[in-house]
Amino acid sequence: MTGPLAAASMIASVVLTSTAGEVLTAAAMKSIGDLDDIRAQSGLPGAIRAVLTCPLFFAGVFFLALSFFSLLFALNHLSLSLVGPAAASLTVITNSVAAKIFLKENVDHRRWTAAALICIGVYLLAH
Amino acid sequence: MFSASLGDSCLKRGMTLLPPISLAHPGALIAAVFTPWIAVGIALLICFFASYLTALSWADLTFVLPATAFGNVVMVFVSAIWLHEHVSWQRWLGVFLITAAVGFVAQGPSLTTHPDPNAAQHPAPTPPASEPS
Repeated sequence: MTGPLAAASMIASVVLTSTAGEVLTAAAMKSIGDLDDIRAQSGLPGAIRAVLTCPLFFAGVFFLALSFFSLLFALNHLSLSLVGPAAASLTVITNSVAAKIFLKENVDHRRWTAAALICIGVYLLAH
Repeated sequence: MFSASLGDSCLKRGMTLLPPISLAHPGALIAAVFTPWIAVGIALLICFFASYLTALSWADLTFVLPATAFGNVVMVFVSAIWLHEHVSWQRWLGVFLITAAVGFVAQGPSLTTHPDPNAAQHPAPTPPASEPS
């Protein structure tokens, strides 16, 4: 039997590692620049090389992999109907907050509204 | 998002065709990667990740994420049309809300532009006024 604190910890670990992975990957792609431009100049191998030589990208992939295994661990203890919607909804909110703080993105009313609508929408889709 | 939804569907189909896999035999999990449906699913998910990275290189994370959430909507349509599953009105409401969210974000700018701090300290010289002829 998994208690509410343990369940919350498992969901929180999925959400936090996923957010870290998404933000680090986004930061990596911003630092690399527009991949379409790089591909136009250096071809597809040049674009792949630009991504694979960026340390931030691997940090992001590491956290995304950690998030995947956290999700598997959570699914081993909790039901999919709880973990799926909770992780998906909370990740949208934490990503918006993290993008505003760390990536200095302009998260305006339109984007906050969209995040809230997606949270409710994902919850409804899971039921 | 289409490749992600189709990739997930292929993985689901491939895994249901296989017998139950125990963690005591991880080799069976690796062998599953080379079955046709799962291989196609992985190829589609690699396409999704490449497209996602390309989008992140020219757009904000908070602009791209709602678009990836639209993959849930595609999954509902695949379930209803292809798999002939019953979709409740709550799920259709969820589809409507996510579609509205994507529409909201798509109307705004895709990338946050920050003013150049050097431009404020060293303003560009104004061109000399042209002398009257």
